[in-house]
Amino acid sequence: MGLRNIVDKIKPTFSEGGKLGFLASTFDAVETFLFVPNTTTQKGAHVRDAIDMKRTMFFVIIALLPAFLFGCFNTGHQVGLEGFAAVWYGLVRVLPMLAVSYVVGLGIEIVYAQIRKEEVAEGYFVTGFLIPMIMPVSTPLWMVALGVAFAVIFGKEVFGGTGMNIFNPALVARAFVFFAFTPQMSGEKVWYSDWTMMGAQVDGVSGATALEQLSTTGQMQWSAMDAFLGFIPGSFGETSTLCILLGGLFLLFTGIASWRTMLSVFAGGLAFGYLFQLCGVGEWANVPAYYHVLVGGFAFGAVFMATDPVTSAQTNAGKYIVGFMTGALAVLVRVVNPAYPEGMMLAILFMNALAPTVDYFVVEANIKRRKNRVKLAK
Amino acid sequence: MSNWKNLTGPLSSNNPVIVQILGICSALAVTVKMEPALVMGLSVIVVTAFANLVMSLLRNGIPSRIRIIVQLVVIAALVILVDQFLKAFVYDVSKQLSVYVGLIITNCIIMGRVEAYALGNKPWDSFLDGIGNGLGYAAILLIVAFFRELFGSGSLFGIQLIPESWYIANGGFYSNVGIMLFPPMALIIVGTIIWVHRSFNKDLQEK
Repeated sequence: MGLRNIVDKIKPTFSEGGKLGFLASTFDAVETFLFVPNTTTQKGAHVRDAIDMKRTMFFVIIALLPAFLFGCFNTGHQVGLEGFAAVWYGLVRVLPMLAVSYVVGLGIEIVYAQIRKEEVAEGYFVTGFLIPMIMPVSTPLWMVALGVAFAVIFGKEVFGGTGMNIFNPALVARAFVFFAFTPQMSGEKVWYSDWTMMGAQVDGVSGATALEQLSTTGQMQWSAMDAFLGFIPGSFGETSTLCILLGGLFLLFTGIASWRTMLSVFAGGLAFGYLFQLCGVGEWANVPAYYHVLVGGFAFGAVFMATDPVTSAQTNAGKYIVGFMTGALAVLVRVVNPAYPEGMMLAILFMNALAPTVDYFVVEANIKRRKNRVKLAK
Repeated sequence: MSNWKNLTGPLSSNNPVIVQILGICSALAVTVKMEPALVMGLSVIVVTAFANLVMSLLRNGIPSRIRIIVQLVVIAALVILVDQFLKAFVYDVSKQLSVYVGLIITNCIIMGRVEAYALGNKPWDSFLDGIGNGLGYAAILLIVAFFRELFGSGSLFGIQLIPESWYIANGGFYSNVGIMLFPPMALIIVGTIIWVHRSFNKDLQEK
């Protein structure tokens, strides 16, 4: 193992007291990235399990891959390419966004870890992968960079870093870019890539997304099947409900995401969808309620965002409540508020803020229940 | 000069906005552009200074039970003077500031300084304390407005600084950061100023 020897040889330089001791966190990050650390916790009770934070994050990325690959294909597909050419076109378009997201995000994380003399946490790997997937492919790179910087600093580091954040950092990035650069993040043209490459027809295409069509006219130009499979314009990774559900199944199978949250988000969305349809509110009443799940970011948010173990509710009952309200709020915003065709981002962020309160009441109710039990026993 | 501290203290280590956390609301409301922020800052300097001066002169003659009423009368009179002055000489800015000039009456800094300082100190000290706190408030307002106008509108004091040809609409790459125009972003800027300020003034950090 030549690499191991090299790492061991330069380790003293980067340890405390060494010449480059101030870079200890960076070195540690690189070392644990290359080799599984062979140290174990010395004190206290702890769970023995094959899964750790690094593997968890890696599994989430695997779960995101179907949606990511389909996103590549769909980006090319929307400008008239087919087959492998479409996938290649999409890859060329999204990889710079991914690179910017990782370089800026990890850079800030490393600087903070260095200042606080902590280890660099793995949390950003998933966030950095999510951010390009929830933005239109035509977003200028410097806007992506600014959104990432804002999300990592104000969404995460001010609260204390990975695991301490109140809001989902990827959604904070999207929310920031959405409100800061509204013309570049909504409208008709932004959902199509404007790169001419390999004969892509970028001039002829532009049009409202399925969400905008549904909220203004009550119908869309695509079939429900197209929307389910994902052949519609939208943010990079959010269009294919099928691929997202595949990833969701993987997350449930590995036990990383909570099925309670996921299920109740869908339940909340569908329940409110049907309710609004029964009351005939808005243009959405013209289509079946399950359309809510097929278009826009609903499925992506439900599977990958609402289930974030840090920002979601921690108690089981809380997960049902927060999940249901997330889905319900998303549909409420979509149907009732014409200014925001998509409500999923706002719904998840809002419920992120409420989750600790919900947990508090769940815990209090439990304490009360058990106190009563003690009283009865006496 | 013992009372020099009255003037300089509120600029940094005892700043009314970022240390005493007073007057946040107007710091969010009038800081979209530099010009209204400057006028607002000057108005508050005048009102705090003279409110402190008058109340300090009257401090031995007012029964403490009715002091709040007297303070309100004095402050309201000063605010109306300032409001009329602005309407007479800088009408456009006065229009932009709209109700916020009138709302200087409710600015916690003024009442706070009168209560905390002017009622127990000599007129000249109180006057300096008022000017100092007004300056501290104006400084924060101008810093916030600087970032909000530069990034939100691409200009300072209404003068376009970012070249028009940079904008996406004109074939460039740049776009104004629209979120800067919303009050929540002003709150985040104030928070960031507090963050930077505390990291340089370790004795202010809460345990």
